[in-house]
Amino acid sequence: MKAVKAVEAVRAAKAIRTPGGLSVRVDPRAVLAVLLLLAVALGVAVVLVGSGDFPMAPGEVVATLLGDGTAAQEFIVHDVRLPRVLVALLVGAALAVGGALFQSIARNPLGSPDVLGFAQGSSVGALTVIVLFGGGSFATAGGAMAGGLATGAAVYLLAWKRGVHGYRLVLVGIGIAAMLAGAIHYLVTKADLVDATRAVLWMTGSLDGRDWSHFWPLLAVTAVLIPLSLAYGRPLRMLEMGDDAAYALGIRVERTRAVLTGSAVLLTAVATAAAGPIVFVALSAPQLARRLTRSPGPNVAASAVMGAALLVVADWVATSAFGDRRLPVGVVTGVLGGVYLLWLLVTERKAGRI
Amino acid sequence: MQRLTAESVTLAYDRRVIAEDLSVAIPDNSFTVIVGPNACGKSTLLRALSRMLKPSGGRVLLDGQTIQSLPARQVARTLGLLPQSSVAPDGITVGDLVARGRYPHQGLLRQWSQEDERIVGESMAATGVAGLADRCVDELSGGQRQRVWIAMALAQQTPLLLLDEPTTFLDIQHQLEILDLCAELHETQGRTLVAVLHDLNQAARYATHLIAMRGGRIAAEGAPGDVVTAGLVERVFGVRARVIDDPETGTPLVVPLARRGGASSAPRASASGAAAGVTAAAS
Repeated sequence: MKAVKAVEAVRAAKAIRTPGGLSVRVDPRAVLAVLLLLAVALGVAVVLVGSGDFPMAPGEVVATLLGDGTAAQEFIVHDVRLPRVLVALLVGAALAVGGALFQSIARNPLGSPDVLGFAQGSSVGALTVIVLFGGGSFATAGGAMAGGLATGAAVYLLAWKRGVHGYRLVLVGIGIAAMLAGAIHYLVTKADLVDATRAVLWMTGSLDGRDWSHFWPLLAVTAVLIPLSLAYGRPLRMLEMGDDAAYALGIRVERTRAVLTGSAVLLTAVATAAAGPIVFVALSAPQLARRLTRSPGPNVAASAVMGAALLVVADWVATSAFGDRRLPVGVVTGVLGGVYLLWLLVTERKAGRI
Repeated sequence: MQRLTAESVTLAYDRRVIAEDLSVAIPDNSFTVIVGPNACGKSTLLRALSRMLKPSGGRVLLDGQTIQSLPARQVARTLGLLPQSSVAPDGITVGDLVARGRYPHQGLLRQWSQEDERIVGESMAATGVAGLADRCVDELSGGQRQRVWIAMALAQQTPLLLLDEPTTFLDIQHQLEILDLCAELHETQGRTLVAVLHDLNQAARYATHLIAMRGGRIAAEGAPGDVVTAGLVERVFGVRARVIDDPETGTPLVVPLARRGGASSAPRASASGAAAGVTAAAS
């Protein structure tokens, strides 16, 4: 009798089965959350495309996207605003997936690229290009990418190689972040006024002036790595129970960890190269997604759409909420994320994990 | 016939050698218990047998093949392990955690078959956690949680099951519950169990095959009745003791000598052997 009851309880998470013996497990709540967030992200994206000096109603935006707009609308949407919004969606998704993977592997919400010095690493790379070589926006993106990857390698070598031990990783990351912050200050003081302004603007994280040339490389990387991360979602969930438990279930622990760390570092670096270090999306999106789906584990899909939604909402707030003063999106995510981080620290402390 | 054996393995963490030239065979369908003082290498041996630790010399064989050379999933369908410490993900329910034991039997397009469902239900029923299926693992007591982890290992449906100190941190009632459960699984389902235990009296009572280790070597192995003697207890644990018959089961019962050796001041040995624990930590 008890066995029957238990079976019914497990059945709450639905399974779709075919007569051929195939079966896929579906969590209705998680599916609903993903669809809802996707709708929010796309809805706000349409609103964003319609707002600015040449305002358009959402209906007009959709019509233009479908090819029924006037020549002026076509130009505004396709050449000016659409690439920026698409970059925002992809950057949000990439940062959030990078964060979800890092947090899951570190088994700690603070084991996020934000906290581990990735923003500073990318900044050092970008500022080196701006200040020392006077490079343009593409060279800057390349510098940021190199800086992010180097930081990833350093964190991996210092704290990661033999498995992560919670706060050790966070402490190593904070140390790296502090050293890199020193390098950033040095570079800014060496710069002349024009370069210093560019540098500071870049470090705030901004979507201004992002066009198709920013979009395509971002799409190429995310189109490969986000599905890869989704495919590794199941082993990653097992890995959260500890290395031993994962081994016992037949997971190739080292390989899984290496592949996913590499994906997370690349996603974070490419997103940062495209839009500058937009802070706190990586930290907060996976946690918010998990609270929404109420399902344990990395929640890669929900995190991705949550990140995309968060970033377009933040961008909408940054460009519309302060009248004529358009703020860089990084200012908004920084303020919102700071509040979130404090809340996270308080709840973690209450739960006795700090 | 022994499915799981170690052939003169050298076990080491980095350069710290724990055991050298160690050979052991786990008899099929046995409930094998490994005992020994702290740092004798018993947990390390279990890690090697479960392919968690790669021997730096010699090899561990599963069904005649070097265990590291076999595909990870295939091993996971043959040999299960209950690690000493596992982390239950935040907010996971008992049913979902137990269901994870099915992982090695699943694939991207075979995520949750009817068979999975049935086995998970049976595993929860066998460990007495079926009534908790919808509860969060975080809310459970230590004893219940350990049962849930065992249920997950059972759902893996492996003929061999290794347990690394399954009774640590549990009170005496729950220790006995877990050991009774292991004995039942061994008897009714015919699985081969290998457990590391701290309590020599519990080991003597429940094991069908006992392996006593000291300093990375096997000091004695065989049926508890043949192995557990006063001489062995002193040699392995450094404790002087009398060995009497357990009045409850007839298995050996180790009663440590009183500090001054006088019978009058000797601690009263409880009639139930398991309750008067001689722990390995005694050395």
